[in-house]
Amino acid sequence: MAQIFHPSFNTLSKVSIFGALFFLVVALWAWDMLLRSPYTTQAGVARDQPVPFSHKHHVAGLGLDCRYCHTSADRSAFAGMPSTKTCMTCHSVVWKDAPYIQLVAASYRTDMPLRWTRVHDLPDFAYFNHAIHVAKGIGCTTCHGEVDEMALMWREHTLNMDWCLDCHRDPEAFVRPRERVYDPDWDPREITLEERRQLVTDYHIASLTNCSVCHR
Amino acid sequence: MSGGIRQLDLDAIRAELAGTHGADFWRRIQEFVDEPGFQELLRRTFPSQTGRWLEGDRRTFLRLMAGSLAVAGLGACTRQPEEAIVPYASRPEALIPGVPRFFATALPRPTGALGVLVESHMNRPTKIEGNPEHPASLGATDALAQAEILTMYDPDRASPVLRLGQIASWDDLTAALEAMLDRVSHDGGRGLRILSGHLDSPTAIAQRSRLLERLPEAVWHDWEPIDDANVLEGVQAAFGEPLQPVHEFAAARCFLALDGDFLMDDGLAVRNARGFAAARQVEVGADFRPRSYVAEASVGPSGSIADHRVGARPSELEGVLRAVGKALGLAVTAPTLRPRLARFAAAAASDLEAAGERALVTVGRHCHPRLHQLAAAIHQRLGAIGTTVTFVPPIDPRERARARGITALVGALNAGQVDALIVLGGNPVYDAPSDLDFRAAYLKAQLRVHLGLYVDETSQLSTWHVALAHALESWSDTRALDGTASIVQPLIAPLYAGRTTHELLATLMGRHGVGAYDLVRETWRALRPELDDGAFEVFWKTSLHDGVIAGSAFQPVGVRPARLDLGAPPPFANGLEVALRADPNVFDGRYANNAWLQETPRPLTRLVWDNAALISPSTAAALGVESGDVCTLEHEGRSLEAPVWLTPGHPDDVVTLHLGYGHWAFGSVANGVGFDAYRLRTTANLWNLAGVTLRRTEQRYALVTVQEQLSMEGRRPVRTAPLAVFAHEPDNVFPIHGHHDYGDASMYPDYEYPGYSWGMVIDLNSCTGCNACMVACQSENNVPVVGKAEVALGREMHWLRIDRYYEEPVRGEELLVHHQPLLCMHCERAPCEVVCPVAATVHGDEGLNEMVYNRCVGTRYCSNNCPYKVRRFNFYRYADFENETKKLGANPDVTIRSRGVMEKCTYCVQRINHARIEAKLEEREIRDGDVVTACQQVCPTRAITFGDINDPNSAVSRLKARPNDYGLLEELGTKPRTTYLAKLLNPNPELEPGR
Repeated sequence: MAQIFHPSFNTLSKVSIFGALFFLVVALWAWDMLLRSPYTTQAGVARDQPVPFSHKHHVAGLGLDCRYCHTSADRSAFAGMPSTKTCMTCHSVVWKDAPYIQLVAASYRTDMPLRWTRVHDLPDFAYFNHAIHVAKGIGCTTCHGEVDEMALMWREHTLNMDWCLDCHRDPEAFVRPRERVYDPDWDPREITLEERRQLVTDYHIASLTNCSVCHR
Repeated sequence: MSGGIRQLDLDAIRAELAGTHGADFWRRIQEFVDEPGFQELLRRTFPSQTGRWLEGDRRTFLRLMAGSLAVAGLGACTRQPEEAIVPYASRPEALIPGVPRFFATALPRPTGALGVLVESHMNRPTKIEGNPEHPASLGATDALAQAEILTMYDPDRASPVLRLGQIASWDDLTAALEAMLDRVSHDGGRGLRILSGHLDSPTAIAQRSRLLERLPEAVWHDWEPIDDANVLEGVQAAFGEPLQPVHEFAAARCFLALDGDFLMDDGLAVRNARGFAAARQVEVGADFRPRSYVAEASVGPSGSIADHRVGARPSELEGVLRAVGKALGLAVTAPTLRPRLARFAAAAASDLEAAGERALVTVGRHCHPRLHQLAAAIHQRLGAIGTTVTFVPPIDPRERARARGITALVGALNAGQVDALIVLGGNPVYDAPSDLDFRAAYLKAQLRVHLGLYVDETSQLSTWHVALAHALESWSDTRALDGTASIVQPLIAPLYAGRTTHELLATLMGRHGVGAYDLVRETWRALRPELDDGAFEVFWKTSLHDGVIAGSAFQPVGVRPARLDLGAPPPFANGLEVALRADPNVFDGRYANNAWLQETPRPLTRLVWDNAALISPSTAAALGVESGDVCTLEHEGRSLEAPVWLTPGHPDDVVTLHLGYGHWAFGSVANGVGFDAYRLRTTANLWNLAGVTLRRTEQRYALVTVQEQLSMEGRRPVRTAPLAVFAHEPDNVFPIHGHHDYGDASMYPDYEYPGYSWGMVIDLNSCTGCNACMVACQSENNVPVVGKAEVALGREMHWLRIDRYYEEPVRGEELLVHHQPLLCMHCERAPCEVVCPVAATVHGDEGLNEMVYNRCVGTRYCSNNCPYKVRRFNFYRYADFENETKKLGANPDVTIRSRGVMEKCTYCVQRINHARIEAKLEEREIRDGDVVTACQQVCPTRAITFGDINDPNSAVSRLKARPNDYGLLEELGTKPRTTYLAKLLNPNPELEPGR
């Protein structure tokens, strides 16, 4: 009985099998890269805003405290966005003729709020609370990056769940003294790991990793 | 659920019932007779979904599955949509973004207001809680109050001012009203008529007097389809003045109720329930519990948890109370009663006598004034006035004479005396007694203005419709039944540009543009003349803050000896009688457009999205009808077609019809739901009809009930124990099962809880099956409604349901009813956790059985493995993701679930997290009572207790240590964290059979 398959089918089948495997692996890798890319996570992508507010100027340049604008960071789940009135405390006098400030002034005059683009946006099924993190010695820059260096605001971290869990599983790597929470110049190397462990104990940090802590 | 089961064999039921002895649990009649077909149906989790599988072959199936998988996968890789943050231009004082605030207000109702606290997230009201300071609420609410949130956001309310159905403006209306006033005012207002409900607002009452002073010839009528007119009339006959009895249930040591549901259908129902449960609390070792006797013409929560309940025809009720009065030595004659009723009356009388001044007799608003007169005399005879009952003036000081009611109005309309009729709230075209033919009469008025929440039946026939602002959008004031006044404050500006009654009345008085806020303040400024401006400001702010105005409750009125000139007892009616009742869910029809309430199973019948003609199985057998048969009911030439529903325990020869359904022009939810029982209602017979005929038609109607899904497979879900055993032999409370003696057969290691460990106890002695917890859970946890068709497939989404079981009593004669709230048990050995392939349901560090929606892929293995069937699968995207106003009412602390995920009770984990964060910010532990679940908070009887079971001193731990604590199906080894306190039975030995 004659051979059904030509000998070259051996090669062809090997190439097909390994080729398919290769394509599968590459596809999975590409998929994973896509999910981790700034395209998906928006990490490191500066967002357009109606008024190009510069944290760099206001924090590093003028030395404003975070809570001057984000008033409820230590009291509420939501850190709070400044009302136009807050901007106008200074800008009714300072730079009041600058074109961008005109937008702010118009908002104040007409009582129509400004619409800022959200930079740090968790999925709707994840619930984050600023107040408790601040109270436990997690600083603003730990999650938001070096805000004092950002002219336009971007998302420093992916805000993926594994990133949250990095700290929830190992808070001693990130904790800082409560009095330095709002300090943009804090450097984790200022205190030793031992001292940070002590802070975890002193602050009763519970390292909660239950699903229902964030998902409900 | 109907249709798949063959016709009821009533002879078989009777044969089965004849041979019954001992306790048997059943929830539908087919189950009781153990039909083979029924057993087969039950073997499938969702019986009616059989045959709903895909049409087509294997290839089609594979193609569809592959396609779904690919689409589902691709759907997950979309980028997060861009969102905006819109801060205030200038932020209001004292508002912290993200922190909810609570405002005290009150919900006006036809028979007395209910004080509430409303949770407001960024100025959006999201949840209603009871106001602990308010005497009608005491911290709890009923199901109707919970659902007000949905009514407030209801997009069907979006109706501006309409002139003959066309959009007009408020200015157009004021111009029309002015033209009318010009016409009538030179005649002192002759030709102007106003129709309102009973006024409970001091501001509206003051406005009415001023209006009638200004226009003395104008006439103000009132009509409330459900009110306490019979009560006031009866008390007037006894004491010479119309007074409102206010009952103090907590002080009572024996209860007798004649019809009327004091736990649901009463102006102070929430307060009554609280007092009733408090009076009946038994501490370990105590062997006394006040007995409750209920004789009723229908079925309701009060009867269901009574120690002794008899069903009686409406015409027999007077005889029962007369027999009680006679036994207590009053000068009344009593007819010869059926032996069962006679024994009941004698036993109740002797218990009332023993309770003396702490006896309490309540009579439903449906009963003839003579019964109310007699009840007042019985209280006086026992010395109970001042202890369990006080009499206060009615809220509206004006006599509620029927002469000024809707009958007189219709007479004037038909006589052509009415030029302009202004209808303030209400829906008389729909709910006026049918003999008046209000519809035809209404059209005879030239100018017809209707102020209403919805563009309803009355609006359709009006020349002008004006949107009424909801109570949560209005400034007003109101009084509870005992006279306690509250300021009604708005939580939000009127969403649909509604106006209050006060604003419309002010316009009629020529005060254009005066807001309701100023009008209400004016009223109270006048009512508190002794306060100077500064003190008034303090008074105003304190009253707003507290939700009650201090010292505003009416002083009890001293009464003279009751007159008791009842005459001879009226004869019992022959033939079929009809009991017309307010619906427990939609009341007089005003809540008919509320989908939460429509989908909440009615107490006892567990029907959803319908009303039905309720009859007893034996009456049904005699008439040859069965559940779902459409029947024609005829009374004095009026007829009505309605489906019949067999209701165990229902009195024989009586048909209960609930009012409030069958709307034809109300809203998209309400229209066409159920049948309109108002069509049988006449001015002569508002509540009880005699001599009704019922005929079967050939039609069938699919009624949907939730109780008949799933079965307990012969297990004992509700346990009972005699009170004496509980008191004296606590170890023998559960002689069959023993107490917590199930070994741990699990192969998994134990969990450890170094911190908190949450648990719940539900007291079956207190649960009345009132449904408040179901709607509270729905509101708190964004539980969607699915509609009648989906409920019929067993797809309702309620995280908390109340199961109702019937039990053939060991002692006594009447069927026992048990209510069992069933929510996720949060099992220690949860069968659901181990079968989830994607770990979407996991065991938390504090014992919670957690459900992670974003992980769930919808295998439904967990639901399959759950012995309690408390998991709900979101088959379609039931939640409304489109409607912008409805979105505002959702609780922002809970995810709104999309399709394809399993959901279930979380023990209100958002509230646990909130309490934990609060405690940590204050650097303390969570205290007992810090975490209050939504169902616990709303419960009028405080049947639900939640807390940390690691703390032996917590309320929940103390209850779990009681001898009557048991876990549902604990023999399966699931170790449920939710446990129940077994129902204690305390029957009167006099009523045992054979005596």
